[in-house]
Amino acid sequence: MIILSIDSATPVAGVALIDNNKILAENFLNTGNTHSEKLLPLIKQTLEGAKLELKNIDGIAVSIGPGSFTGLRIGLATAKALSQVTGIKLVAIPTLDALAQNLAGIDQLVCPILNARKGEVYTALYHSNGMELVRQSEYTALSPFALCSQLKDLKKPVTFLGDGVFEYKEIIASQLGGQAHWAPLHQLLPRAASLAVLGLKELEQGKTENIFTLKPFYLRKSEAEIKWEAGRCRR
Amino acid sequence: MIILTDTIILAVETSCDETAVAIVKNGTEVLAEVVASQISTHEKFGGVVPEVASRKHLELINISVEEALDQANLTFSEITHFAVTYGPGLVGALLVGVATAKAMAFAAQKPLIGVHHIEGHVYANFLTHNDIEFPVVCLIVSGGHTTLVEITDYGKYKFLGQTRDDAAGEAFDKVARALGLGYPGGPKIEECARAGNSTATKLPRAWLEEGSYDFSFSGLKSAVLNYLNKQEMKKEAIDINDLAASFQAAVIEVLSEKTLRAAKEAQVKTVLLAGGVAANKALREDLADRCSKQGIRLVCPPIEYCTDNAAMIGCAAHYKALRGEFVGLNLNAVPNLKFGSSS
Ligand SMILES: [Zn+2]
Repeated sequence: MIILSIDSATPVAGVALIDNNKILAENFLNTGNTHSEKLLPLIKQTLEGAKLELKNIDGIAVSIGPGSFTGLRIGLATAKALSQVTGIKLVAIPTLDALAQNLAGIDQLVCPILNARKGEVYTALYHSNGMELVRQSEYTALSPFALCSQLKDLKKPVTFLGDGVFEYKEIIASQLGGQAHWAPLHQLLPRAASLAVLGLKELEQGKTENIFTLKPFYLRKSEAEIKWEAGRCRR
Repeated sequence: MIILTDTIILAVETSCDETAVAIVKNGTEVLAEVVASQISTHEKFGGVVPEVASRKHLELINISVEEALDQANLTFSEITHFAVTYGPGLVGALLVGVATAKAMAFAAQKPLIGVHHIEGHVYANFLTHNDIEFPVVCLIVSGGHTTLVEITDYGKYKFLGQTRDDAAGEAFDKVARALGLGYPGGPKIEECARAGNSTATKLPRAWLEEGSYDFSFSGLKSAVLNYLNKQEMKKEAIDINDLAASFQAAVIEVLSEKTLRAAKEAQVKTVLLAGGVAANKALREDLADRCSKQGIRLVCPPIEYCTDNAAMIGCAAHYKALRGEFVGLNLNAVPNLKFGSSS
Protein backbone atom coordinates (compact mmCIF):
# COMPACT_ATOMS: atom_id res chain seq x y z
CA MET A 1 0.00 0.00 0.00
CA ILE A 2 1.40 3.39 -1.01
CA ILE A 3 0.74 6.39 1.21
CA LEU A 4 1.25 10.04 0.36
CA SER A 5 1.63 12.15 3.50
CA ILE A 6 1.09 15.91 3.63
CA ASP A 7 2.08 18.14 6.53
CA SER A 8 1.87 21.93 6.73
CA ALA A 9 0.75 22.22 10.36
CA THR A 10 3.86 24.10 11.50
CA PRO A 11 6.44 26.25 9.67
CA VAL A 12 7.72 22.97 8.19
CA ALA A 13 6.24 21.74 4.91
CA GLY A 14 6.65 18.01 4.52
CA VAL A 15 5.62 15.45 1.93
CA ALA A 16 6.54 11.77 1.92
CA LEU A 17 5.69 8.61 0.04
CA ILE A 18 5.93 5.24 1.71
CA ASP A 19 5.22 1.76 0.40
CA ASN A 20 4.52 -0.45 3.40
CA ASN A 21 7.89 -0.71 5.11
CA LYS A 22 9.80 1.35 2.61
CA ILE A 23 10.16 5.11 2.53
CA LEU A 24 10.16 5.90 -1.19
CA ALA A 25 10.60 9.66 -0.95
CA GLU A 26 10.58 12.39 1.62
CA ASN A 27 10.75 16.14 1.19
CA PHE A 28 11.17 18.56 4.05
CA LEU A 29 11.19 22.35 3.76
CA ASN A 30 11.83 24.44 6.83
CA THR A 31 11.88 27.80 5.15
CA GLY A 32 9.01 29.51 6.90
CA ASN A 33 5.30 29.82 6.37
CA THR A 34 4.96 29.90 2.61
CA HIS A 35 2.95 26.70 2.39
CA SER A 36 0.48 28.18 -0.06
CA GLU A 37 3.23 28.57 -2.65
CA LYS A 38 5.33 25.56 -1.79
CA LEU A 39 3.15 22.67 -0.65
CA LEU A 40 1.55 21.59 -3.93
CA PRO A 41 4.79 21.96 -5.97
CA LEU A 42 6.45 19.86 -3.23
CA ILE A 43 3.79 17.16 -3.64
CA LYS A 44 4.29 17.16 -7.41
CA GLN A 45 8.05 17.01 -7.03
CA THR A 46 7.86 14.14 -4.51
CA LEU A 47 5.62 12.10 -6.79
CA GLU A 48 7.85 12.76 -9.80
CA GLY A 49 10.94 11.89 -7.79
CA ALA A 50 9.44 8.51 -6.94
CA LYS A 51 8.19 8.10 -10.53
CA LEU A 52 4.64 7.81 -9.26
CA GLU A 53 1.36 9.42 -10.17
CA LEU A 54 -1.65 10.09 -7.99
CA LYS A 55 -3.38 7.09 -9.52
CA ASN A 56 -0.74 4.84 -7.91
CA ILE A 57 -1.53 6.15 -4.43
CA ASP A 58 -3.73 4.13 -2.05
CA GLY A 59 -4.11 6.70 0.69
CA ILE A 60 -3.35 10.27 1.68
CA ALA A 61 -2.38 11.04 5.28
CA VAL A 62 -2.73 14.62 6.41
CA SER A 63 -1.52 16.28 9.58
CA ILE A 64 -4.77 17.48 11.14
CA GLY A 65 -3.59 19.64 14.04
CA PRO A 66 -3.14 21.29 16.37
CA GLY A 67 -0.84 23.79 14.69
CA SER A 68 -0.95 27.01 12.73
CA PHE A 69 -4.59 27.64 11.75
CA THR A 70 -3.65 28.78 8.26
CA GLY A 71 -1.11 26.01 7.79
CA LEU A 72 -3.65 23.38 8.81
CA ARG A 73 -6.19 24.74 6.35
CA ILE A 74 -3.75 24.78 3.44
CA GLY A 75 -2.77 21.17 4.14
CA LEU A 76 -6.29 19.93 4.63
CA ALA A 77 -7.75 21.88 1.67
CA THR A 78 -5.04 20.39 -0.52
CA ALA A 79 -5.51 16.85 0.78
CA LYS A 80 -9.31 17.00 0.55
CA ALA A 81 -9.25 18.32 -3.01
CA LEU A 82 -6.77 15.65 -4.13
CA SER A 83 -8.98 13.02 -2.52
CA GLN A 84 -12.19 14.44 -3.97
CA VAL A 85 -10.95 14.42 -7.56
CA THR A 86 -9.15 11.07 -7.47
CA GLY A 87 -11.19 9.13 -4.93
CA ILE A 88 -8.04 8.32 -2.95
CA LYS A 89 -8.85 7.57 0.68
CA LEU A 90 -7.94 10.17 3.25
CA VAL A 91 -6.73 9.60 6.81
CA ALA A 92 -6.18 12.33 9.40
CA ILE A 93 -3.32 12.09 11.90
CA PRO A 94 -2.96 14.34 14.95
CA THR A 95 0.10 16.54 14.44
CA LEU A 96 1.49 15.76 17.91
CA ASP A 97 1.19 11.99 17.33
CA ALA A 98 3.13 12.30 14.08
CA LEU A 99 5.79 14.43 15.73
CA ALA A 100 6.19 12.06 18.71
CA GLN A 101 6.53 9.22 16.20
CA ASN A 102 9.97 10.66 15.32
CA LEU A 103 11.13 9.18 18.64
CA ALA A 104 9.15 5.93 18.58
CA GLY A 105 11.16 3.18 20.22
CA ILE A 106 12.99 5.23 22.82
CA ASP A 107 12.39 4.00 26.33
CA GLN A 108 11.39 7.35 27.81
CA LEU A 109 8.49 9.71 28.05
CA VAL A 110 8.19 11.73 24.86
CA CYS A 111 6.77 15.23 24.98
CA PRO A 112 6.22 17.04 21.68
CA ILE A 113 5.78 20.78 22.10
CA LEU A 114 4.64 23.05 19.28
CA ASN A 115 4.84 26.80 19.49
CA ALA A 116 1.21 27.83 20.02
CA ARG A 117 1.90 31.58 20.43
CA LYS A 118 0.40 33.51 23.37
CA GLY A 119 3.15 32.02 25.56
CA GLU A 120 1.80 28.50 25.21
CA VAL A 121 2.65 25.21 23.56
CA TYR A 122 0.43 22.57 22.02
CA THR A 123 1.43 19.35 23.70
CA ALA A 124 0.59 15.82 24.83
CA LEU A 125 2.65 13.19 26.65
CA TYR A 126 3.59 9.82 25.10
CA HIS A 127 5.17 6.66 26.44
CA SER A 128 6.65 3.80 24.49
CA ASN A 129 5.30 0.32 25.17
CA GLY A 130 8.26 -1.21 23.37
CA MET A 131 6.66 -1.26 19.94
CA GLU A 132 4.76 1.97 19.60
CA LEU A 133 4.06 5.21 21.34
CA VAL A 134 0.97 5.41 23.52
CA ARG A 135 -0.47 8.79 24.34
CA GLN A 136 -0.72 9.38 28.10
CA SER A 137 -2.54 12.72 28.21
CA GLU A 138 -5.06 14.88 26.39
CA TYR A 139 -3.97 17.22 23.59
CA THR A 140 -3.76 20.62 25.17
CA ALA A 141 -2.39 24.14 24.97
CA LEU A 142 -0.64 25.44 28.07
CA SER A 143 2.31 27.49 29.23
CA PRO A 144 5.71 25.75 29.50
CA PHE A 145 5.65 26.49 33.25
CA ALA A 146 2.34 24.69 33.70
CA LEU A 147 3.60 21.79 31.61
CA CYS A 148 6.82 21.52 33.62
CA SER A 149 5.01 21.53 36.95
CA GLN A 150 2.92 18.56 35.74
CA LEU A 151 5.97 16.69 34.45
CA LYS A 152 8.01 17.35 37.60
CA ASP A 153 5.58 15.21 39.62
CA LEU A 154 6.22 12.23 37.32
CA LYS A 155 9.89 12.18 38.39
CA LYS A 156 10.88 10.43 35.15
CA PRO A 157 13.10 11.58 32.31
CA VAL A 158 11.20 13.29 29.49
CA THR A 159 12.49 13.91 25.95
CA PHE A 160 11.18 17.04 24.29
CA LEU A 161 10.88 17.74 20.59
CA GLY A 162 9.08 20.16 18.32
CA ASP A 163 9.57 23.83 17.45
CA GLY A 164 8.55 24.76 21.01
CA VAL A 165 12.03 23.59 22.02
CA PHE A 166 13.62 26.53 20.18
CA GLU A 167 11.38 28.93 22.07
CA TYR A 168 11.25 27.39 25.56
CA LYS A 169 14.35 25.22 26.04
CA GLU A 170 15.81 27.49 28.69
CA ILE A 171 12.60 27.74 30.67
CA ILE A 172 12.07 23.97 30.59
CA ALA A 173 15.71 23.27 31.52
CA SER A 174 15.47 25.66 34.45
CA GLN A 175 12.26 24.03 35.68
CA LEU A 176 13.10 20.35 35.14
CA GLY A 177 16.91 20.27 35.30
CA GLY A 178 18.31 16.81 34.48
CA GLN A 179 14.82 15.39 33.97
CA ALA A 180 14.61 17.15 30.58
CA HIS A 181 16.22 15.66 27.47
CA TRP A 182 16.18 16.90 23.89
CA ALA A 183 15.65 15.14 20.61
CA PRO A 184 18.59 15.35 18.22
CA LEU A 185 18.30 18.04 15.55
CA HIS A 186 17.31 15.68 12.72
CA GLN A 187 14.36 14.37 14.75
CA LEU A 188 13.32 17.65 16.32
CA LEU A 189 10.71 18.83 13.81
CA PRO A 190 7.73 17.13 12.13
CA ARG A 191 8.75 14.62 9.49
CA ALA A 192 6.35 13.58 6.78
CA ALA A 193 7.74 10.04 6.88
CA SER A 194 6.61 9.69 10.52
CA LEU A 195 3.21 10.97 9.49
CA ALA A 196 3.06 8.46 6.65
CA VAL A 197 3.94 5.57 8.98
CA LEU A 198 0.97 6.42 11.22
CA GLY A 199 -1.20 7.05 8.17
CA LEU A 200 -0.46 3.61 6.83
CA LYS A 201 -1.44 2.07 10.16
CA GLU A 202 -4.76 3.96 10.18
CA LEU A 203 -5.49 3.00 6.62
CA GLU A 204 -4.77 -0.67 7.30
CA GLN A 205 -7.35 -0.44 10.07
CA GLY A 206 -9.82 1.10 7.64
CA LYS A 207 -10.07 4.39 9.51
CA THR A 208 -10.74 6.69 6.57
CA GLU A 209 -12.25 10.15 6.80
CA ASN A 210 -15.24 11.74 5.10
CA ILE A 211 -13.83 14.71 3.18
CA PHE A 212 -17.16 16.55 3.40
CA THR A 213 -17.16 16.64 7.19
CA LEU A 214 -13.46 16.52 8.10
CA LYS A 215 -12.20 19.67 9.83
CA PRO A 216 -8.80 20.62 11.20
CA PHE A 217 -8.22 19.85 14.87
CA TYR A 218 -7.71 23.51 15.82
CA LEU A 219 -7.78 22.80 19.58
CA ARG A 220 -8.42 26.52 20.09
CA LYS A 221 -11.47 28.55 19.22
CA SER A 222 -11.05 31.67 17.13
CA GLU A 223 -10.34 34.90 19.01
CA ALA A 224 -13.73 36.31 17.96
CA GLU A 225 -15.62 33.31 19.33
CA ILE A 226 -13.73 33.45 22.63
CA LYS A 227 -14.54 37.16 23.00
CA TRP A 228 -18.14 36.70 21.95
CA GLU A 229 -18.67 33.92 24.47
CA ALA A 230 -16.96 35.95 27.20
CA GLY A 231 -19.30 38.84 26.38
CA ARG A 232 -22.29 36.57 26.63
CA CYS A 233 -21.27 35.34 30.07
CA ARG A 234 -20.99 38.89 31.37
CA ARG A 235 -24.41 39.90 30.12
CA MET B 1 -3.33 29.14 -34.28
CA ILE B 2 -5.03 27.37 -31.44
CA ILE B 3 -8.23 25.60 -32.30
CA LEU B 4 -10.57 26.13 -29.44
CA THR B 5 -13.24 23.81 -28.30
CA ASP B 6 -15.75 24.54 -25.56
CA THR B 7 -14.50 25.66 -22.21
CA ILE B 8 -16.21 24.14 -19.18
CA ILE B 9 -14.70 25.95 -16.23
CA LEU B 10 -15.13 25.03 -12.59
CA ALA B 11 -14.67 28.29 -10.69
CA VAL B 12 -14.13 28.81 -6.98
CA GLU B 13 -14.63 32.07 -5.08
CA THR B 14 -13.85 32.38 -1.36
CA SER B 15 -12.56 35.93 -0.98
CA CYS B 16 -14.93 37.01 1.77
CA ASP B 17 -17.97 35.39 3.40
CA GLU B 18 -19.52 33.41 0.54
CA THR B 19 -18.25 29.98 -0.39
CA ALA B 20 -19.12 29.92 -4.08
CA VAL B 21 -18.59 27.34 -6.81
CA ALA B 22 -19.87 27.53 -10.36
CA ILE B 23 -19.44 25.66 -13.60
CA VAL B 24 -19.56 27.95 -16.63
CA LYS B 25 -19.54 26.89 -20.27
CA ASN B 26 -17.97 29.24 -22.83
CA GLY B 27 -18.22 32.24 -20.54
CA THR B 28 -21.98 32.64 -20.72
CA GLU B 29 -23.72 29.40 -19.89
CA VAL B 30 -23.99 28.77 -16.14
CA LEU B 31 -24.25 24.99 -15.85
CA ALA B 32 -24.12 25.02 -12.06
CA GLU B 33 -24.08 27.58 -9.32
CA VAL B 34 -23.64 27.07 -5.59
CA VAL B 35 -23.35 29.94 -3.13
CA ALA B 36 -23.11 28.94 0.51
CA SER B 37 -23.54 32.18 2.42
CA GLN B 38 -22.00 32.62 5.86
CA ILE B 39 -24.06 35.69 6.76
CA SER B 40 -25.89 33.92 9.58
CA THR B 41 -22.56 32.74 11.02
CA HIS B 42 -21.08 36.25 11.11
CA GLU B 43 -24.23 38.11 12.14
CA LYS B 44 -23.63 37.63 15.86
CA PHE B 45 -20.16 39.22 15.53
CA GLY B 46 -21.55 42.26 13.69
CA GLY B 47 -19.32 41.71 10.68
CA VAL B 48 -17.15 39.20 8.87
CA VAL B 49 -14.58 37.64 11.20
CA PRO B 50 -11.64 36.48 9.06
CA GLU B 51 -10.71 33.41 11.13
CA VAL B 52 -14.33 32.29 11.37
CA ALA B 53 -14.80 32.82 7.62
CA SER B 54 -11.69 30.80 6.80
CA ARG B 55 -12.86 27.90 8.97
CA LYS B 56 -16.29 27.98 7.39
CA HIS B 57 -14.92 28.01 3.83
CA LEU B 58 -12.94 24.84 4.49
CA GLU B 59 -16.07 23.15 5.85
CA LEU B 60 -18.20 24.16 2.86
CA ILE B 61 -15.89 24.05 -0.13
CA ASN B 62 -15.81 20.36 -0.99
CA ILE B 63 -19.54 19.81 -0.63
CA SER B 64 -20.14 22.93 -2.75
CA VAL B 65 -17.94 21.51 -5.51
CA GLU B 66 -19.80 18.21 -5.30
CA GLU B 67 -23.16 19.97 -5.52
CA ALA B 68 -22.02 21.97 -8.53
CA LEU B 69 -20.91 18.83 -10.37
CA ASP B 70 -24.25 17.21 -9.50
CA GLN B 71 -26.20 20.21 -10.78
CA ALA B 72 -24.29 20.23 -14.05
CA ASN B 73 -24.37 16.44 -14.23
CA LEU B 74 -20.65 16.40 -14.91
CA THR B 75 -17.59 14.62 -13.55
CA PHE B 76 -14.17 16.15 -12.91
CA SER B 77 -12.87 14.65 -16.14
CA GLU B 78 -15.29 16.78 -18.16
CA ILE B 79 -14.05 20.03 -16.64
CA THR B 80 -11.65 21.76 -19.07
CA HIS B 81 -10.18 24.35 -16.69
CA PHE B 82 -10.20 25.26 -13.01
CA ALA B 83 -10.41 28.90 -11.95
CA VAL B 84 -10.07 30.64 -8.62
CA THR B 85 -10.18 34.12 -7.11
CA TYR B 86 -6.69 34.77 -5.73
CA GLY B 87 -7.25 38.34 -4.49
CA PRO B 88 -8.08 40.81 -3.21
CA GLY B 89 -9.89 39.64 -0.10
CA LEU B 90 -9.32 38.08 3.30
CA VAL B 91 -6.07 36.16 3.06
CA GLY B 92 -7.17 33.14 5.12
CA ALA B 93 -10.41 32.91 3.17
CA LEU B 94 -8.69 33.23 -0.21
CA LEU B 95 -6.16 30.56 0.76
CA VAL B 96 -8.85 27.89 1.16
CA GLY B 97 -10.13 28.50 -2.37
CA VAL B 98 -6.66 28.77 -3.85
CA ALA B 99 -5.37 25.57 -2.20
CA THR B 100 -8.52 23.70 -3.20
CA ALA B 101 -8.56 24.85 -6.82
CA LYS B 102 -4.85 24.23 -7.28
CA ALA B 103 -5.05 20.69 -5.91
CA MET B 104 -8.12 19.96 -8.03
CA ALA B 105 -6.42 21.23 -11.19
CA PHE B 106 -3.33 19.18 -10.37
CA ALA B 107 -5.30 16.02 -9.63
CA ALA B 108 -7.51 16.43 -12.72
CA GLN B 109 -4.48 17.44 -14.84
CA LYS B 110 -6.18 20.54 -16.19
CA PRO B 111 -4.98 24.15 -16.50
CA LEU B 112 -5.55 26.60 -13.68
CA ILE B 113 -6.62 30.23 -14.06
CA GLY B 114 -6.22 32.88 -11.35
CA VAL B 115 -8.86 35.61 -11.42
CA HIS B 116 -8.86 39.05 -9.82
CA HIS B 117 -12.02 39.34 -7.73
CA ILE B 118 -12.91 42.79 -9.07
CA GLU B 119 -12.30 41.70 -12.64
CA GLY B 120 -14.77 38.94 -11.86
CA HIS B 121 -17.37 41.53 -10.85
CA VAL B 122 -16.83 43.33 -14.17
CA TYR B 123 -17.36 40.06 -16.05
CA ALA B 124 -20.71 39.48 -14.34
CA ASN B 125 -21.88 41.78 -17.14
CA PHE B 126 -20.39 39.62 -19.91
CA LEU B 127 -21.72 36.50 -18.22
CA THR B 128 -25.27 37.77 -18.62
CA HIS B 129 -24.99 39.88 -21.81
CA ASN B 130 -23.36 38.55 -24.97
CA ASP B 131 -23.90 41.73 -27.01
CA ILE B 132 -21.68 44.26 -25.23
CA GLU B 133 -19.66 46.35 -27.68
CA PHE B 134 -16.32 47.87 -26.71
CA PRO B 135 -15.28 50.41 -25.66
CA VAL B 136 -17.29 50.77 -22.47
CA VAL B 137 -16.95 52.69 -19.24
CA CYS B 138 -17.46 50.56 -16.13
CA LEU B 139 -18.25 51.76 -12.63
CA ILE B 140 -17.12 49.19 -10.07
CA VAL B 141 -18.60 49.71 -6.61
CA SER B 142 -18.12 47.25 -3.79
CA GLY B 143 -17.12 47.00 -0.16
CA GLY B 144 -13.47 47.34 -1.10
CA HIS B 145 -13.52 49.22 -4.40
CA THR B 146 -14.89 52.30 -6.08
CA THR B 147 -13.27 52.42 -9.48
CA LEU B 148 -14.04 53.98 -12.85
CA VAL B 149 -12.42 52.24 -15.75
CA GLU B 150 -12.62 52.34 -19.51
CA ILE B 151 -12.51 48.88 -21.08
CA THR B 152 -11.38 48.79 -24.69
CA ASP B 153 -11.38 45.01 -25.14
CA TYR B 154 -11.50 41.82 -23.03
CA GLY B 155 -8.85 42.25 -20.37
CA LYS B 156 -7.79 45.73 -21.59
CA TYR B 157 -8.35 48.42 -18.96
CA LYS B 158 -7.69 52.13 -18.82
CA PHE B 159 -8.07 53.26 -15.23
CA LEU B 160 -9.79 56.61 -14.86
CA GLY B 161 -10.26 57.00 -11.14
CA GLN B 162 -10.73 55.30 -7.81
CA THR B 163 -11.53 56.08 -4.20
CA ARG B 164 -8.90 57.87 -2.18
CA ASP B 165 -10.22 56.64 1.15
CA ASP B 166 -13.30 54.54 1.91
CA ALA B 167 -14.94 52.48 -0.82
CA ALA B 168 -18.62 53.22 -1.40
CA GLY B 169 -19.68 49.88 0.11
CA GLU B 170 -17.43 50.46 3.10
CA ALA B 171 -19.15 53.83 3.68
CA PHE B 172 -22.54 52.09 3.53
CA ASP B 173 -21.38 49.52 6.10
CA LYS B 174 -19.90 52.09 8.47
CA VAL B 175 -22.93 54.36 8.32
CA ALA B 176 -25.25 51.37 8.78
CA ARG B 177 -23.31 50.45 11.90
CA ALA B 178 -23.52 54.01 13.22
CA LEU B 179 -27.27 53.98 12.63
CA GLY B 180 -27.52 50.68 14.47
CA LEU B 181 -28.74 48.85 11.38
CA GLY B 182 -26.24 46.02 11.67
CA TYR B 183 -24.56 43.85 9.07
CA PRO B 184 -24.60 43.64 6.08
CA GLY B 185 -25.03 47.41 5.90
CA GLY B 186 -25.76 48.09 2.24
CA PRO B 187 -29.15 46.38 1.90
CA LYS B 188 -30.27 47.74 5.30
CA ILE B 189 -29.51 51.36 4.32
CA GLU B 190 -31.29 50.85 1.02
CA GLU B 191 -34.33 49.47 2.80
CA CYS B 192 -34.53 52.41 5.24
CA ALA B 193 -33.81 54.93 2.48
CA ARG B 194 -36.85 53.75 0.56
CA ALA B 195 -39.05 55.03 3.40
CA GLY B 196 -37.10 58.27 3.88
CA ASN B 197 -36.75 61.72 2.37
CA SER B 198 -33.43 62.11 0.57
CA THR B 199 -33.39 65.91 0.93
CA ALA B 200 -34.13 65.90 4.67
CA THR B 201 -30.50 66.18 5.82
CA LYS B 202 -27.94 68.31 3.98
CA LEU B 203 -24.83 66.21 3.40
CA PRO B 204 -21.67 67.07 1.45
CA ARG B 205 -20.63 65.73 -1.95
CA ALA B 206 -16.90 65.32 -2.54
CA TRP B 207 -16.27 66.25 -6.17
CA LEU B 208 -12.50 66.65 -5.65
CA GLU B 209 -10.46 68.61 -8.20
CA GLU B 210 -11.98 69.77 -11.44
CA GLY B 211 -12.06 66.89 -13.91
CA SER B 212 -11.01 64.22 -11.39
CA TYR B 213 -12.59 60.79 -11.62
CA ASP B 214 -11.43 59.87 -8.14
CA PHE B 215 -13.85 59.43 -5.28
CA SER B 216 -13.82 60.15 -1.57
CA PHE B 217 -16.47 59.04 0.89
CA SER B 218 -14.79 59.44 4.28
CA GLY B 219 -15.90 63.08 4.52
CA LEU B 220 -19.49 62.10 3.88
CA LYS B 221 -19.25 59.32 6.45
CA SER B 222 -17.86 61.79 9.02
CA ALA B 223 -20.64 64.25 8.22
CA VAL B 224 -23.22 61.56 9.04
CA LEU B 225 -21.44 60.70 12.30
CA ASN B 226 -21.18 64.40 13.25
CA TYR B 227 -24.86 64.90 12.52
CA LEU B 228 -25.72 61.94 14.74
CA ASN B 229 -23.58 63.33 17.58
CA LYS B 230 -25.07 66.79 17.27
CA GLN B 231 -28.64 65.53 17.34
CA GLU B 232 -27.82 63.39 20.33
CA MET B 233 -26.32 66.33 22.22
CA LYS B 234 -29.34 68.44 21.44
CA LYS B 235 -31.43 65.45 22.52
CA GLU B 236 -33.29 65.69 19.26
CA ALA B 237 -34.84 62.68 17.58
CA ILE B 238 -33.09 61.17 14.56
CA ASP B 239 -35.15 59.98 11.62
CA ILE B 240 -33.13 56.95 10.54
CA ASN B 241 -35.00 56.64 7.26
CA ASP B 242 -34.43 60.27 6.28
CA LEU B 243 -30.76 60.09 7.20
CA ALA B 244 -30.27 56.83 5.30
CA ALA B 245 -32.00 58.32 2.26
CA SER B 246 -29.93 61.52 2.40
CA PHE B 247 -26.70 59.55 2.78
CA GLN B 248 -27.54 57.17 -0.05
CA ALA B 249 -28.49 60.05 -2.35
CA ALA B 250 -25.16 61.79 -1.65
CA VAL B 251 -23.20 58.64 -2.57
CA ILE B 252 -25.24 57.95 -5.69
CA GLU B 253 -25.11 61.50 -7.02
CA VAL B 254 -21.30 61.51 -7.09
CA LEU B 255 -21.06 57.98 -8.51
CA SER B 256 -23.56 58.62 -11.31
CA GLU B 257 -22.37 62.10 -12.20
CA LYS B 258 -18.73 61.04 -12.57
CA THR B 259 -19.62 57.89 -14.47
CA LEU B 260 -21.65 59.81 -17.04
CA ARG B 261 -18.95 62.45 -17.38
CA ALA B 262 -16.39 59.69 -18.03
CA ALA B 263 -18.67 58.04 -20.58
CA LYS B 264 -19.15 61.32 -22.44
CA GLU B 265 -15.47 62.16 -22.40
CA ALA B 266 -14.46 58.67 -23.62
CA GLN B 267 -17.30 58.81 -26.15
CA VAL B 268 -18.55 55.33 -25.31
CA LYS B 269 -22.04 54.14 -26.09
CA THR B 270 -22.25 51.69 -23.19
CA VAL B 271 -21.84 51.97 -19.43
CA LEU B 272 -21.40 48.89 -17.24
CA LEU B 273 -22.13 48.69 -13.55
CA ALA B 274 -20.35 46.10 -11.40
CA GLY B 275 -19.66 45.10 -7.80
CA GLY B 276 -21.70 44.36 -4.73
CA VAL B 277 -23.12 47.89 -4.48
CA ALA B 278 -24.44 47.46 -8.06
CA ALA B 279 -27.27 45.56 -6.36
CA ASN B 280 -28.50 48.89 -4.96
CA LYS B 281 -31.72 49.63 -6.84
CA ALA B 282 -31.58 53.39 -6.29
CA LEU B 283 -28.12 53.49 -7.88
CA ARG B 284 -29.31 51.42 -10.84
CA GLU B 285 -32.35 53.63 -11.35
CA ASP B 286 -30.38 56.86 -11.12
CA LEU B 287 -27.75 55.63 -13.58
CA ALA B 288 -30.40 54.25 -15.93
CA ASP B 289 -32.14 57.62 -15.88
CA ARG B 290 -29.02 59.63 -16.63
CA CYS B 291 -27.86 57.15 -19.30
CA SER B 292 -31.15 57.14 -21.17
CA LYS B 293 -31.11 60.94 -21.26
CA GLN B 294 -27.72 60.77 -23.00
CA GLY B 295 -28.64 57.92 -25.33
CA ILE B 296 -26.17 55.63 -23.57
CA ARG B 297 -26.88 51.97 -22.95
CA LEU B 298 -26.60 50.89 -19.31
CA VAL B 299 -25.75 47.25 -18.66
CA CYS B 300 -26.07 45.83 -15.13
CA PRO B 301 -25.75 42.25 -14.01
CA PRO B 302 -28.91 40.76 -12.53
CA ILE B 303 -28.98 41.32 -8.76
CA GLU B 304 -27.90 37.74 -7.99
CA TYR B 305 -24.66 38.28 -9.96
CA CYS B 306 -23.85 41.60 -8.29
CA THR B 307 -23.00 40.02 -4.97
CA ASP B 308 -20.05 37.64 -4.73
CA ASN B 309 -20.48 34.53 -6.86
CA ALA B 310 -18.30 32.12 -8.74
CA ALA B 311 -20.08 32.29 -12.11
CA MET B 312 -18.54 35.71 -12.75
CA ILE B 313 -15.12 34.22 -11.95
CA GLY B 314 -15.81 31.42 -14.44
CA CYS B 315 -16.74 34.01 -17.08
CA ALA B 316 -13.59 36.10 -16.54
CA ALA B 317 -11.56 32.86 -16.60
CA HIS B 318 -13.06 31.92 -19.97
CA TYR B 319 -11.54 34.98 -21.62
CA LYS B 320 -8.24 34.35 -19.84
CA ALA B 321 -8.31 30.77 -21.12
CA LEU B 322 -8.81 32.08 -24.66
CA ARG B 323 -5.74 34.25 -24.18
CA GLY B 324 -3.77 31.36 -22.68
CA GLU B 325 -3.30 33.12 -19.34
CA PHE B 326 -2.70 30.26 -16.95
CA VAL B 327 -1.02 30.12 -13.53
CA GLY B 328 1.28 27.61 -11.86
CA LEU B 329 0.81 25.39 -8.83
CA ASN B 330 2.70 27.96 -6.78
CA LEU B 331 -0.18 30.44 -7.07
CA ASN B 332 -0.56 32.30 -3.79
CA ALA B 333 -3.43 34.31 -2.35
CA VAL B 334 -2.77 38.06 -2.64
CA PRO B 335 -5.02 39.84 -0.12
CA ASN B 336 -4.29 43.35 -1.43
CA LEU B 337 -4.05 42.46 -5.11
CA LYS B 338 -4.22 45.71 -7.07
CA PHE B 339 -6.72 46.47 -9.77
CA GLY B 340 -5.84 49.91 -10.89
CA SER B 341 -3.20 52.11 -12.39
CA SER B 342 -0.37 49.97 -11.08
CA SER B 343 -1.52 46.67 -12.59
ZN1 LIG C 1 -17.06 41.21 -4.34
